[in-house]
Amino acid sequence: MSQLTVPTMAEMTANGETPEVLFWVGCSGSFDDRAKKITRAMAKLLTKAQVKFAVLGTEESCTGDPAKRAGNEFLFQMQAFTNIQVLNAYNVKKVVTTCPHCFNTLKNEYPELGGNYEVMHHTQLLQILLDEGKLSIEGGKFKGKKITYHDACYLGRANGVYEAPRDLIAKLDSEFVEMKRSKAKGLCCGAGGAQMFKEPEKGNKDINIERTEDAIETNAEIIATACPFCNTMMTDGVKNKNKEGQIRVFDLAELVAQASDL
Amino acid sequence: MHYLPNVLFALLLLTTVLLFVKQAGKIRRNILLGRELDRSDQPKLRLKTMFMVALGQSKMVKRPVAGLLHIVVYVGFVIINIEVIEILIDGLFSTHRVLSFLGGLYDFLIGSFEILAISVLAACVIFLLRRNVLKIKRFWNREMTSWPRTDANIILTIEILLMSAFLIMNASDSILQSRLVEHYSVAGAFPISSMIAPLLSDWSTDGLIFLERFCWWFHIIGIFAFINYLPMSKHFHIILAFPNVYYSNLEHLGRLSNIKEVSNEVKLMMDPSATPPPADATPPTFGAKDIADLSWKSIMDGYTCTECGRCSSVCPANQTGKLLSPRKIMMDVRDRAEEVGNNIDKHGKDHNDGKTLVHDYITAEELWACTTCNACTDACPVNNDPLAVIVELRRYLVMEKSEAPKELNNVFTNIENNGAPWQFPMADRLNWAKEQE
Ligand code: SF4
Ligand code: SF4
Repeated sequence: MSQLTVPTMAEMTANGETPEVLFWVGCSGSFDDRAKKITRAMAKLLTKAQVKFAVLGTEESCTGDPAKRAGNEFLFQMQAFTNIQVLNAYNVKKVVTTCPHCFNTLKNEYPELGGNYEVMHHTQLLQILLDEGKLSIEGGKFKGKKITYHDACYLGRANGVYEAPRDLIAKLDSEFVEMKRSKAKGLCCGAGGAQMFKEPEKGNKDINIERTEDAIETNAEIIATACPFCNTMMTDGVKNKNKEGQIRVFDLAELVAQASDL
Repeated sequence: MHYLPNVLFALLLLTTVLLFVKQAGKIRRNILLGRELDRSDQPKLRLKTMFMVALGQSKMVKRPVAGLLHIVVYVGFVIINIEVIEILIDGLFSTHRVLSFLGGLYDFLIGSFEILAISVLAACVIFLLRRNVLKIKRFWNREMTSWPRTDANIILTIEILLMSAFLIMNASDSILQSRLVEHYSVAGAFPISSMIAPLLSDWSTDGLIFLERFCWWFHIIGIFAFINYLPMSKHFHIILAFPNVYYSNLEHLGRLSNIKEVSNEVKLMMDPSATPPPADATPPTFGAKDIADLSWKSIMDGYTCTECGRCSSVCPANQTGKLLSPRKIMMDVRDRAEEVGNNIDKHGKDHNDGKTLVHDYITAEELWACTTCNACTDACPVNNDPLAVIVELRRYLVMEKSEAPKELNNVFTNIENNGAPWQFPMADRLNWAKEQE
């Protein structure tokens, strides 16, 4: 695979170009080794679909979601106003992101502070690109493979996006199995509300273990996720259950990229 | 002497109404202790939501067994209360079955009431069994201490007694009618009580009249008592569910409010030329320390909570043994609002009892266990929002007290310094594009 070319907003603007869509990578997608693979998969898909996209690169900063949900509204709004300044200076209209937390914050909480963009989650954009034939899935790599899907809270319950991810799995021509708790009833992976960054409170089980058990119960070979944090939590859960041989955890961008031979 | 029952009845009725108005007024005052929040937008959508969720109980039926039984009790109870209109007229004017002039319609109504009454009775028995014999888990959580459990049992028992009184009254009435006793004119259809009647057929006419009168008084006094029990009980939801759903959050569940005062300050920090707020404006408490810092809607949530525990039974933290229980959050809000309200009544408006909602009722350990997943808000049949309370209390701990868990303080520092929750330099943000698998 050739070297990825990922243009930044600064470069594009310097060349007098305007991208169709800004790819908001997010902190996890920028720094977490596992999540970086998801970011690369998405960048490859965007490239293949000939979507004219750009990233902010070093000009991107945390949306402030973990600060906000942890109660630090000051820090959140500092982040929000700073990001909005950058985004508005580049006259950004459309944003796509692989992180449901960034998605939710940009889409629902930025407008009141002056940041109005059309925000899409990457599963929604991938669905459109496949429907428009700009991407295609060939070779039946996942034919007959059992895949289950873990709903991300900030995609599902928070924003009602349940179908785009499921539609992608259907397009993979795989065998889809629903967990016993799914869609609005889906159980959180345990990472939201800044839990990702701290030890859980005292209890009798970790939330990600409880959720991984739901996934294992389906006998699926693949757990599809749509959030880098869910991905980490489920991967840890599978490890904890010593099921790494049987079940793998992939983001939907990775699955679509694999199916498109990227 | 002849008018004694009517006078007694009128006095009872008056007392009931006055007491109820007084109790409801206190709850209204307590709710309005909360902060302002504008929920007057989109009246059409609000009405629709109220019809669906409160009247239509659309969220109740997501658990079919409990949901359907609840609808039976609810519909039964509301419709049978049409009968109360007749009871009120009969009681005030010494008439008997005053609406019987409706003829066939009257027979139909009484017949339907009987069928509903026996259904309500059966449903209440099943509910009691579910709570006390099957011991369904959500009714036995930590916060379901003896009072909340007793409260539920009292309500179910009252309903069973009221329904029984109604049916026995009809049974004795129907026998009296068949004996052509004066005053007991022939009216009504008795599909259910006719099955009880044979048990009473040996009774003397005087005995039956006594039984009929006893049940009649028991039934109506029971209803009067019930009306005034409501405001002290989680059962108040039969009234508050309607405004509570009407004023519920219509936005995407994921959206948290942005604090306006913070926006003003941050704007000022970023752009010193912006107009500062007037100097005499008292800075508000950020977040909520006590009842008065919550929005009025959160307090209404507390008073509307049915203590059904659906929220806690889907809460990831609660399911994995953490202290956090969204139901407890709502119950704490209500209990603290009651306490503050009682303090105002006893000691005046500015009394400080040295207690606060946070710490004295809701501990930091509970607050920090929440993943903000919104499972609770999604599950609540009366559209309560426990998460709104959790976030307000977190805001207070963090912004007023700097009492975040240590790891989260590190996250804050990192975001402040390098724009990410982890300690990575901003300059490395694009490294992912250069690395290969
Ligand atoms: S939002 Fe918090 S309290 Fe509500 S269900 Fe999720 S973890 Fe529990
Ligand atoms: S908050 Fe809602 S779901 Fe939770 S116990 Fe109260 S009424 Fe039930």
